[in-house]
Amino acid sequence: MEYTNLTYVLASILFILGIKKLSSPKTARAGNAISSIGMLIAIIATMTSFELLDFKLIALGMIIGTIIGAAFAIRVEMTQMPQMVAIFNGFGGGASALVAAAEFFTKFGTSEQTMFLTGTIILSVFVGTLTLTGSFIAFGKLQGFISGQPIVFPGQQILNAILALTLLSLGTFVTISGMQEINMFYAIIIIAAVLGITLTIPIGGADMPVVISLLNSYSGIAAASTGFVLMNNALIISGALVGASGLILTNIMCKGMNRSLANVIFGAVGLQNDTSDGEVKQISYKSSTTDEAAMIMDAADKVIIVPGYGLAVAQAQHAVREVAEQLEAMGKKVLYAIHPVAGRMPGHMNVLLAEANVPYEQLKDLDEINPEFEDCDVAIVLGANDVVNPAARHDTSSPIYGMPILDVDKSRTVIINKRTMNPGFAGIQNELFGFENSIMVFGDAKEMLTTLHKDLKEL
Amino acid sequence: MDMINILTVFILAIFIGFEIITKVPPTLHTPLMSGSNAISGIAIVGAIIATKIGGEIGTWLGLIAVIFATINCVGGFMVTDRMLKMFKRK
Repeated sequence: MEYTNLTYVLASILFILGIKKLSSPKTARAGNAISSIGMLIAIIATMTSFELLDFKLIALGMIIGTIIGAAFAIRVEMTQMPQMVAIFNGFGGGASALVAAAEFFTKFGTSEQTMFLTGTIILSVFVGTLTLTGSFIAFGKLQGFISGQPIVFPGQQILNAILALTLLSLGTFVTISGMQEINMFYAIIIIAAVLGITLTIPIGGADMPVVISLLNSYSGIAAASTGFVLMNNALIISGALVGASGLILTNIMCKGMNRSLANVIFGAVGLQNDTSDGEVKQISYKSSTTDEAAMIMDAADKVIIVPGYGLAVAQAQHAVREVAEQLEAMGKKVLYAIHPVAGRMPGHMNVLLAEANVPYEQLKDLDEINPEFEDCDVAIVLGANDVVNPAARHDTSSPIYGMPILDVDKSRTVIINKRTMNPGFAGIQNELFGFENSIMVFGDAKEMLTTLHKDLKEL
Repeated sequence: MDMINILTVFILAIFIGFEIITKVPPTLHTPLMSGSNAISGIAIVGAIIATKIGGEIGTWLGLIAVIFATINCVGGFMVTDRMLKMFKRK
């Protein structure tokens, strides 16, 4: 046992070092390798130190898991990364719940129970099951199996409250009275599973970055509580690390969307019946063509590209990189401004651009890029809307007031590519489009960029 | 190991987590998420133990848990590597 615990310490150190190396793209890949070695060490130590293990059975499970996991990892497209992380979270949470349940069945009806053991088993089963069903719903929404629209019904919040309260009282009762009544245990599993579903279905597709981050955190908490059940340091430390990571990312995503966590979970934002639609005041804007845009860019020294999710939807990442390379060949400085919620999960846009061979030094986050707009000649906004709306800075009545935005309006010229004048996710018009220094170029991002590239070459 | 020791470990690990994760740049938040996701596959250790401790039901629950946790670990580490490979300098 001593030796096993010592190897768990080693594994934990490797996990911490692995995450630490994620602080720079230069060392990140090595960091991921270090973490995976930590995992291997933990697995080997467990296999060799516990007696009476059925190696054949474990090997069978690992082979099946490896095939499924590898198939997912190799085939997934980068745009589908959010749903893949969601489903993996679900498996992680499910594994923790199953381990705790196995422990319950072993100790059920025996005298080896303590209140601590029962309480932690209930906690892991609850959080793990909720993570499992919640993640599968999130996966279904992102993959398009379930409507991305919030699904709401009357009394939903009341139902959730009743479920949560029942769960709490059942859990407390079982913890205090001990593992005597197996039906109560089943009831806890079922309610947790239902709660995972009812808490996730009212959340709209655009809020998914928050939900995935939160579920990520839950999968860590489930692992840590299973660690308490088994009194296993490896699970506790890793679970704590993942739980912290998920919470930090959840917080960043909420800030990026100018929403509280409670508002994301209970707000059902994104429903079509937005009242603001009717009152949108018309903005007079200047519409232009790609060759005029090319001429403006020709006179520029510094160009900042602002990609929104519309760019990824149009599959225009490669087209934008080609335009950027052309501009650089013409001697201009090119940077990319990445808003925290530009993609469908934290950091998503960076991965999509990295896939299109955009060098990571050009990818700048909000804090880095905002001062750069001051002396920027042309900012080109591609399929982004709310995140560049200056109303967030000054209009206290705007729903996005206070949201961190990219200050594109401070550039000398702003070229905005959109398909239509439709409002963005927040359902409000963007005053930027009517600004003196703004020019709209309508059309599909990919087509527009391809034509722009051609126009730039022909200058 | 008693309860206090294990709680100490847990709380200290959370602090370490906050320290190192706030240093990860936004550029790498997706790999951070899929990578930490893979780490939460550490439940595999519990799953392996469960195949033994559980007796009949426990063994089967343990087997499913091994499958789930392996998907999480293998898939998570592989896809993270795939992404990080794409981050190139000029």
